[in-house]
Amino acid sequence: MIRKLWPIFTRDLALLIRGAQGRGGAVLPLLFFLAVAMLFPFAVGPDARLRARTGAGVIWVAALLAAILPLDRLVEPDVEAGLFDQWALRGISEEALLAVRVVAHWLSFGVPLMLAAPLSAGLLSLDAQQLWTVELGLLLGTPGLAAIGVTIAALTAGLRAGAALGGLLAIPMAVPLLIFGAGSLQPDGEGGLALLAACSLVALAVAPFAGGAAIRAGRE
Amino acid sequence: MFRGLSLSAGPGSIVHLAGPNGIGKSSLIRILAGLLRPFAGTVERTGGVALADERLALDGHQPLAQALAFWQRIDGAEPMDGDFGLSDLLDVPVRYLSTGQRKRAALARVAASGAPLWLLDEPLNGLDTYWMCKAQAAIDAHCRAGGAVVIASHQPLALEAVQEIKLLDFKP
Repeated sequence: MIRKLWPIFTRDLALLIRGAQGRGGAVLPLLFFLAVAMLFPFAVGPDARLRARTGAGVIWVAALLAAILPLDRLVEPDVEAGLFDQWALRGISEEALLAVRVVAHWLSFGVPLMLAAPLSAGLLSLDAQQLWTVELGLLLGTPGLAAIGVTIAALTAGLRAGAALGGLLAIPMAVPLLIFGAGSLQPDGEGGLALLAACSLVALAVAPFAGGAAIRAGRE
Repeated sequence: MFRGLSLSAGPGSIVHLAGPNGIGKSSLIRILAGLLRPFAGTVERTGGVALADERLALDGHQPLAQALAFWQRIDGAEPMDGDFGLSDLLDVPVRYLSTGQRKRAALARVAASGAPLWLLDEPLNGLDTYWMCKAQAAIDAHCRAGGAVVIASHQPLALEAVQEIKLLDFKP
């Protein structure tokens, strides 16, 4: 099975990082993430304390929206091209395929976001301790965002206006991650990271099964 | 969809599912592949199945060689393009291939899969006369080597020992 999944993983990762057929790759969510962090100081003005107090929330909202950007190319193009059918004929389960895709999606958007977080933190006047907490939060929370993204992408594959619908569905599902991610930077937010990790694990555990069932149901 | 339909495709056999557009040839192919569940009845398969339908299942942005190699890596198969005249097209991105070239690429993917059972949905559409003959020769060769082929096609086939099933006869 690993022999079959490895080429799929490398293909998924390459497509998500480089993009293909006019669809943006990993650079698009990254630029979006940085653009939000850049625009926020213009909106709230020069008050560094205000930026520091609200900056973590802004980073998490930006991360959530950046995770949603590639939704329409996570699953839909491969369903449309018949790839999932071909994989099924080869005995590769949809659950395994979607687990692989969650990892590829996370590597293509979560890791770049973590790398860009110091720059965003600088723009939002976060101190080193806050940056460390943000990085830890992104490490724990972005896998959950990736799982939610892949689940929603599988659920909306084949639907008309699936991309717009996917965004609308993903946002409420990601609210717990947002609350605990941003909450972990509050003075009394020590438990936030643990709850963030718990939410992320639940999303990771559910995503392959929910998404796989959605793809199979879509064939009928 | 159908009532009383029974078919088997053993080693060396070619089954032609014939009928007009919309009668259910493609759906039956997907049922045989295990991608759709029949409302009633059973489908038994032994060994691997390769499917070529209207969807190419090759990444459009990739050169043909790379797109075919992706499936060869998954199938653990050897590169095979000689029978389908693709050697001049290997550097061409899949999205630039013509309809006939895409059909040949799909047949090459099926042939390279090593699966004993080929399920082909309208495999000859878009092929010129020469490649139609070559494709049918490849199908014949696969069956002579012990494989089995089920073809859904509204076109008559110039193949030896074809068992033709007129799906219209099984409509309820």
